[in-house]
Amino acid sequence: MTIDLWYAAVGAVIVALSVFAFLTSKHLMKKLLAFNIMGSGVFLIMVGLPQHQHGVDPVPQALVLTGIVVAVSATALALVLLRRYVRAGGNPAP
Amino acid sequence: MTPILLIIPLAFAILTLLLPRHWVRAIIIPGLVLQVGAAVLLCMEIYQHGPQDYALGDWQAPLGISLIADGFSVTLLALTALIAALCAIYAQYFLTRYPREQRYFWPLFWFLLAALNGIWLAGDLFNLYVGLELLGLSAVGMVALTAEKTTLKAALDYLYAALFGSLAYLAGVALLYGAYGTLSIAQLSDMAAANPTTQVALALMTVGLLLKTAIFPLHYWLPPAHGGALAPVSALLSALVVKASFYILALLWLDVGALAVTVTAAQAMGALGAGAIFWGSWQAFQTRQIKMLVAYSTVAQLGYLMLLFPLAIGVSEAAAQLAWQGTILHLLAHAFAKAAMFLAVGTLVLALGHGRINDFGGVSQRNPVALFAFGLSAVSLMGLPPSGGFNAKWLLLQSAIASGQWHWFVVMIIGGLLTAAYVFRVFRVSFLQSAKHEIQDTHPALQLSALALALMAIALGFVSELPLSLMNLTDIAPATMGGTP
Amino acid sequence: MTALLPVFVLATSLITAVLIFILPERYYRLRVSLNLAAAVLKIVLVAVMIAGIANQVDYEFRYELLPGIDLVLRADALSMLFAGLSSVLWLFTTLYAIGYLEGAPNRSRFFGFFSLCVASTMGIALAGNLFTFLIFFELLTLSTYPLVVHRGTEESLRAGRTYLKYTLGGGAVLLVGVALMYGLVDQTGTMTEFAETGTLSALPSEQHFTLAVIFFVLIAGLGVKAALVPLHGWLPVAMVAPAPVSALLHAVAVVKAGAFGIVRVIYNIYGVEFAWQLGVLLPLAILASITIIWGSLRALQQVEMKKRLAYSTVSQVSYIALGACLFGPIGTIGGIVHLLHQGIMKVTLFFCAGNYAETLGIHKIKDLDGVGRRMPLTSIAFTLGAFGMIGVPPLAGFISKWYLGIGALDAGMGWVIGVLILSSMLNAGYFLPIVYRLWFKPKQGPWPDEHIKAARFETHGLLLWPTVATAVFSLAAGLFAAHAWSPLSWASLIAFREYLP
Repeated sequence: MTIDLWYAAVGAVIVALSVFAFLTSKHLMKKLLAFNIMGSGVFLIMVGLPQHQHGVDPVPQALVLTGIVVAVSATALALVLLRRYVRAGGNPAP
Repeated sequence: MTPILLIIPLAFAILTLLLPRHWVRAIIIPGLVLQVGAAVLLCMEIYQHGPQDYALGDWQAPLGISLIADGFSVTLLALTALIAALCAIYAQYFLTRYPREQRYFWPLFWFLLAALNGIWLAGDLFNLYVGLELLGLSAVGMVALTAEKTTLKAALDYLYAALFGSLAYLAGVALLYGAYGTLSIAQLSDMAAANPTTQVALALMTVGLLLKTAIFPLHYWLPPAHGGALAPVSALLSALVVKASFYILALLWLDVGALAVTVTAAQAMGALGAGAIFWGSWQAFQTRQIKMLVAYSTVAQLGYLMLLFPLAIGVSEAAAQLAWQGTILHLLAHAFAKAAMFLAVGTLVLALGHGRINDFGGVSQRNPVALFAFGLSAVSLMGLPPSGGFNAKWLLLQSAIASGQWHWFVVMIIGGLLTAAYVFRVFRVSFLQSAKHEIQDTHPALQLSALALALMAIALGFVSELPLSLMNLTDIAPATMGGTP
Repeated sequence: MTALLPVFVLATSLITAVLIFILPERYYRLRVSLNLAAAVLKIVLVAVMIAGIANQVDYEFRYELLPGIDLVLRADALSMLFAGLSSVLWLFTTLYAIGYLEGAPNRSRFFGFFSLCVASTMGIALAGNLFTFLIFFELLTLSTYPLVVHRGTEESLRAGRTYLKYTLGGGAVLLVGVALMYGLVDQTGTMTEFAETGTLSALPSEQHFTLAVIFFVLIAGLGVKAALVPLHGWLPVAMVAPAPVSALLHAVAVVKAGAFGIVRVIYNIYGVEFAWQLGVLLPLAILASITIIWGSLRALQQVEMKKRLAYSTVSQVSYIALGACLFGPIGTIGGIVHLLHQGIMKVTLFFCAGNYAETLGIHKIKDLDGVGRRMPLTSIAFTLGAFGMIGVPPLAGFISKWYLGIGALDAGMGWVIGVLILSSMLNAGYFLPIVYRLWFKPKQGPWPDEHIKAARFETHGLLLWPTVATAVFSLAAGLFAAHAWSPLSWASLIAFREYLP
């Protein structure tokens, strides 16, 4: 087992755990954290698997970079909405 | 030519974000004219010279971004530009009551357009992901515009669904790239074989996209989001946004993974569609609020799109062709009709000051144009002739007959009657003689933009040949799918 | 020009509908002039086409809607019969409606949908293939619903719901039938075109079972509008609509659309000879006979004028279907000519019912005692219509029944004579008491609710003259049946062309 495949395998485990957390958590903040961890897992797979199959490859790196940017902005939006929601009297853990 | 369709909306998004308010109002119309003009020009170019492949900044794939403009994508580009333009005209008058929301509406509107255009033109799976994310973020932002407790909750639910869906999709992309070393749709469709990796990847992506398309039983987020948003936002969301993830889904099943999907899986997708039709219609029949009725109608109508999979996979080429044509027409007709319906309903709610269906008495006298627009769009949704919706249903029925799949035939016939059952609730009440409320006059532009969209849904019944012949200009061959009959 | 004439005929009422919708409520005169001008123009255009058809001119308009599927508007002898009936009755019903709705609210909406309804009827008449027929058939459902619920009362909304359940359900069944016909049978794209001796007889015998099934699906879809028992439930309920609507729905548009569709399917799709070989005509003939008797029996039990007329319609419309099932030219003539005769006679009767209700507030049959003296012209018109329905010579209804009877003997279905005699007796049973009350019973107390005082005429001129005119037509159609331009001669022409070898 190469180190790259190891990355991918760990990524898969992380994804599985965080999906479980995402689906079972009630609190919206916890869900958001689970989403972020899930993202990291996917990125690990994304880098590890291709490198295991085809050797060093710049494309997944570029993709993950983009993916991180997207995830950060999504998280920011979720945080803003969440804060407004709580201020408007909403319950973050319905 | 092709990249202009991305540059225009992005440029206007930034302009509307930075410019002072009175300038923003002034550049709406020029922006729309540019956008529609560019879409039409591209349509004509493709019609004359065939599909095009454009490498952005002359950077070739895999690191560069390639844009593919074929008959299908330019049809959708034109549809997007047209519906967006009418929704924008409507929004201009509608939002005068919402000065704060107006500030954020326009940048989000243009970002939404950029994302949609990006998806229609994307030539690889990762650009589709980026487009999906940009689309989801701007759509969520638009739902949250009014910043009330209920809409914020709806926006949050929507956001979480969209994010989860995107990640599931991205995980599938990672697996596919790992297995084949490419993201290009064209290359993958040649390479992707029926092995476990491909199938797991497809399954992940499918779940993600079903969630984003709000296909029963993953539709829970759609009615509050579409029913709670401002009228022009609901129109854009129901008409266009959910179609984007469906478009990717269709691409995956019929093109990228055509060799890996099975007939059983396709039938299961159809079953989800049937569930959507029945459940969505039933909920629309039950609800008390007019906007929720229209939102649940979207849930139901999306179910028809899902029938593409059983009708086009594992059947004869002729049947698959009919299914494909019917689905395209349904997509177009529903986009026009649903946008019209949300705009019409928005006008009616504005005039009445509430959205309770049972208290709609008297609108047929005071707001006939909006009600008429509602009626015309309902004709198309019910699949009654003459309308785009009818032609779509006809082709789908013919496809079901051609492949002998009588169960889907029955589903579609019953679905049409169920649609009639819930839309006629509205007419019934609107013909009541006695108005229980004060009914205000609304700006004619609000009524007319809804009417224009509704007329387009009807007119599509007479010019169906046009999108269908444009569609043939494609390197994506929808027929000859994998599996055995 | 010959290609566009059918389109113009359709457009006269379609464009009128759009213009009327746009016109604000208060432009009363402009709306009336527009409406009448369009109605007259339509009659002229139809007359031109009738003359052309007699001289074998081909009027056809074709437009490709979907790959391989055309929208076809074509004028043939049969379509002109229906188109002529609709256009003439549109004029009279419009005149009547102008008088009837004077001062009522929502007239713009009413006349808009009224014109749309006539446009759909014209489309049905001129449809050149099954697909086109289906389009206008559904359009008719949509355009008549607002007319049924026009009054906006709880009762009319309930009636509207029943009406929709039946007609949309029927429309869905018809869609199934037409879709099956295109998907399973019509591989070449020409078999669903209406042709003079049918198109299907050449098909191999292994398809005959499918064809028979599709036949009954089509008939079930059409039968809702044609009010075949047990699909007739909507018709009496829809009586809450204003009188001109009842007149138009019952005499011309909806029920005739169904009956006309049945005739089209039998003669121009299957071909009567082929349908006879398939053995599908006998069941339909039996169903039509049951409807004739059942409708008459139910009519006897009604105490309200409009309800009795409605059940009478249920009964009378099935004469058309019955005639279409009699294999042989004479029966064909009887069925087709009744399409027209029943139209004029029933419209007269509904006009009369409307006159009694509007002038004196009479809705129940028991209040009609002695009305003959107060409203002589209306009552004469009613008497003519009623005698026509019973089949008293020389009125129009007699011609229909005579030909049906001879046609039945011709086709070897002697039992139909029994049905005709029984039905005529029942017709007499429910019409003669009314006529007796009108003329021979003394007036009992004041009228229930007298709106219009007797002045120069017994009622409003716009209510009276259309009634008289249609009554005269139903007399003339019988008296001058042998004339070259009578409905009977036209029906004979159609039958002659249908039975060409």
